[in-house]
Amino acid sequence: MLQQRSIQSSQSLRDKILSFDYVLIFSILVLGIISMFAMYSTDGGEFKYHTKSHILRFFIFFGMFLVISLIQIRFWHETSYLIYISFFLLLLGVKYFGLTSSGSQRWLNLYFMNLQPSELMKVGLILFLAKYYHRISIENINSFRHLVLPITVLIGPIILVATQPDLGTSILIASGGIVVAWLAGVRAKFFIYSGVAMIALLPIAISFLKPYQKSRILTFLNPERDPLGAGYQIIQSKIAIGSGGLFGKGFLNGSQSYLDYLPEKHTDFIFTLFSEEFGFFGSLFILLLYALIISRIVRVGNMTRSNFGKLYCYSFATAFFIYVVVNMMMVLGLLPIVGSPLPIMSYGGSSMLAIMFGLGIVMSCKIYKDVPVN
Amino acid sequence: MLSPGSGNTVIKSKLISRRMFLITAAKAVVMVGLVGRLISLQINQATKYKSLSDKNRFREWKLAPERGAIKDFFNREIASNEPLYQVHLVPENAKNLDNLFVRLKAILNITDNRVSFLKRKIRKQKPWEPVIVSENLSWSDFSRLNLFLHELQGVEPIVSVARTYPDNSSAHILGYVSQISAKDLQTKEYLKELSVPGMAVGKTGLERKLDEQIIGKVGYQRYEVNAFGKRIREIKIDSGQAGKSFKTTLDYEVQKYTAELLKDKAAAVCVMDIYNGDIVSLVSSPTFEPNQFVHGLEKKYWNSLIKDEKKPLANKALSGLYPPGSTIKTIVALSALENKIVRPLDTFRCKGKIELYGEKFHCWEKEGHGIVNLRKGIQRSCDVYFYEIARKLGVDRLSETAKRFGLGKKVLSDFIEERSGVVPNTKWKKKFIGQNWYLGETLHSGIGQGYFQSTPLQLCLMTAQIANGGFEIKPRIIFDGKNDNLRDYLKFKNENPNQPLPTDLLVTNFNLKPLFKNQEHINLIKDAMFSSSNEPGGTSYRHRFEDPKFTFAGKTGSSQIKRFTEEQREAEVKQESLPYKDRDHALFVAFAPYKNPQYAISVLVEHGGSGGKAAAPIAKKVIKKVLERHDLRRSTNNLIGESV
Repeated sequence: MLQQRSIQSSQSLRDKILSFDYVLIFSILVLGIISMFAMYSTDGGEFKYHTKSHILRFFIFFGMFLVISLIQIRFWHETSYLIYISFFLLLLGVKYFGLTSSGSQRWLNLYFMNLQPSELMKVGLILFLAKYYHRISIENINSFRHLVLPITVLIGPIILVATQPDLGTSILIASGGIVVAWLAGVRAKFFIYSGVAMIALLPIAISFLKPYQKSRILTFLNPERDPLGAGYQIIQSKIAIGSGGLFGKGFLNGSQSYLDYLPEKHTDFIFTLFSEEFGFFGSLFILLLYALIISRIVRVGNMTRSNFGKLYCYSFATAFFIYVVVNMMMVLGLLPIVGSPLPIMSYGGSSMLAIMFGLGIVMSCKIYKDVPVN
Repeated sequence: MLSPGSGNTVIKSKLISRRMFLITAAKAVVMVGLVGRLISLQINQATKYKSLSDKNRFREWKLAPERGAIKDFFNREIASNEPLYQVHLVPENAKNLDNLFVRLKAILNITDNRVSFLKRKIRKQKPWEPVIVSENLSWSDFSRLNLFLHELQGVEPIVSVARTYPDNSSAHILGYVSQISAKDLQTKEYLKELSVPGMAVGKTGLERKLDEQIIGKVGYQRYEVNAFGKRIREIKIDSGQAGKSFKTTLDYEVQKYTAELLKDKAAAVCVMDIYNGDIVSLVSSPTFEPNQFVHGLEKKYWNSLIKDEKKPLANKALSGLYPPGSTIKTIVALSALENKIVRPLDTFRCKGKIELYGEKFHCWEKEGHGIVNLRKGIQRSCDVYFYEIARKLGVDRLSETAKRFGLGKKVLSDFIEERSGVVPNTKWKKKFIGQNWYLGETLHSGIGQGYFQSTPLQLCLMTAQIANGGFEIKPRIIFDGKNDNLRDYLKFKNENPNQPLPTDLLVTNFNLKPLFKNQEHINLIKDAMFSSSNEPGGTSYRHRFEDPKFTFAGKTGSSQIKRFTEEQREAEVKQESLPYKDRDHALFVAFAPYKNPQYAISVLVEHGGSGGKAAAPIAKKVIKKVLERHDLRRSTNNLIGESV
């Protein structure tokens, strides 16, 4: 067995396909199909633009995921920095050529789709830091000299994204990066200090916030403050989820979303719609599905021999978990509305692209789990 | 292997795994938290959120019910409903509003003002909320519109119902309906659940009295609405319940006839069945056009109504207060007889005036009536005779009898406009004016002047209760099909003239309430009223009927507006030569036919001068009309009696 494994570089395509994590693939497919039905429901039970486009994207990016899986993990390790730099350049491109919609400049027009590079950066940063911490020796991890680069690559995209402005995504990008640093062994002390520094800087940061961002935070603290304005989304989302009850109102019967009480039901509030129609048990099922996907990613991390793979898989699993939890806490009224999509479920090409790309590299770790990266 | 030593790699790998373990533990905690939140929202608070969701979803629109009809005694509708044709416009369904309005203007002839008003309104409201282009279209306009409907997208023809009255002869007793006002909502409890925008409620008369029952039950349409308030689909419809219809005791033919007689006068007429209190006719003049009130009154018309000095909006029969004048003499005489103050043949000498307590009291006949007994006193309406007996009787005993016969209190119930009038006595004066009673005032009361105030309806009831032999009746305007106790009693008495039972017991058996001590006294008064109308010298002798079928017995009266000065009296100034406002109100009360009385009537003509001249001729015509329809009325009544 071990003998065979050690010559994995000469695996046949058949072997590679056999070593896919089928549980993970199956979970992703199930979630994708559920998301198609949810999208069909947001279109009012008709096969319209959002549904068609979502299905198309899912299958295209799912195909892409399979292709990425088959590519050597060594390749991804080697191109990590390059990938980060290209995503960073795209972010810079947004700053100068980006499309503006509802007051923020987030998208690049690629003609076949509008790309949101900040979504890609979520994976790009993890990839970069995973490689970085893979390469430096354990003694150097906490040396100041070796903290400069990670902090730089972390802060660069955060500033670019936060000034789009897109506070939610920039926080999510940062969280991915911080997770890699934590896993690599950066001292807890360091995180505590920077946390304290953040809190100290908070009043200054608040003065930089746009009025709508301030209002979102205030509204989160007290949704009834402005029930028809900023608090509307939280209140209506809670009503939708709560009124779903144990078993839900039934497919296509979610009155809150059907009658347009739910805002952004295609994207950020897709879970609300699903939860209204399928109730507590439906929501629990989705939650378990996400837990399964995350645990499978962690399992791949456990199996991978290289620290790059481990760091990447663990970090990506954790980031994925954070995306899911932040979105759910947001629609459940536990966090302010920051605008973060639910992975795979939400409508949105860039998010789907980034997640599938990230998952593809995870699967590549699985297939080439015994291959040393350098 | 390669540069980072494998030992280093292993240590690093262990560190990573250790830290990952911490993260995984944290994840588990967060997951549990999320599930807890789901349980809290979807299980613990599900009921609360379900009701909030339904509150979001459903909105109800109330539907105005159809008002019940009001019918006359012969089941003719005197207040009914007619289809109402309206044109509504839903702006979001229209392709081009400007073009649409140009087309509508050509078809419906709406003014430019209206169009700009509508456009302004459309700008202010949501695009799916309809505006009313035309509130009340004629059928021809409406059918023309329907022809062009295919090219008028967004326009909706609407048919609903609205109150309508065949004419204005019964406007006062029926009252009118109009839009609910804020005050109505505050004061009328039953409207709280009923309030539908655009619904009409009764404001006066029967429409108001019966409002609660006649208005019906409000229906509603429950719609599912989206977040913007737009109706998505109808969930439930309850078309409500039309209001209850009412049959009245009024005779529409008599109403029309009487209203025509009173045209241009400020006057009122009441006709009552003397046995069961059915109000056959109740007309006040001048009248108003009740149909005008249904769809929002024009300001010009309203102003003309309230500025008219003949007060067309007031129901003079119910709410007009007039001194009863000489019509009260029947009661004064009766009271004197019952209290044994005077015997029928006791006489007084009338010299045209008497002087008492240092004051001169004039008889209307300057030359005097000579020797006058009770019958002649009523026949000629001799004031001096009544000064004498009123002086002996005293105002308290007089007021007691007057009240017993229905003066000083409301005759009907639940008419807000009805007034109770005044029957003065010493206590009343002390309480309301705060002064002691002067004996001179008793004399004025004896001829129905001074503090006395009564409505024409009260005078009619008073006359009816004399005419029926002195039994109490309860006047009614809503037909309730109850038994005619009094008629049954009289029938029984006629059929069994040798009935051994004493009258008292009989009266109790028939559940009657006699208002007399000795019925002979009532007969004396009736006889005197007969002589007043049918014997030479009687105050209404000129307007008598020779035909016994129509012969009536009546009493004239005039209520003074201003007392004559001594100079005017000397100059023998005629009422006709006074300015209109200073003339006396003319009054006449009567019952007919004399031999077999059926109806009592009271007529009032404001500033008409003397009762004999102005009021009696009207009474004569109305009596004839009513009696001509008597057989028809009785047969209808019997039919109803059988079917009930």
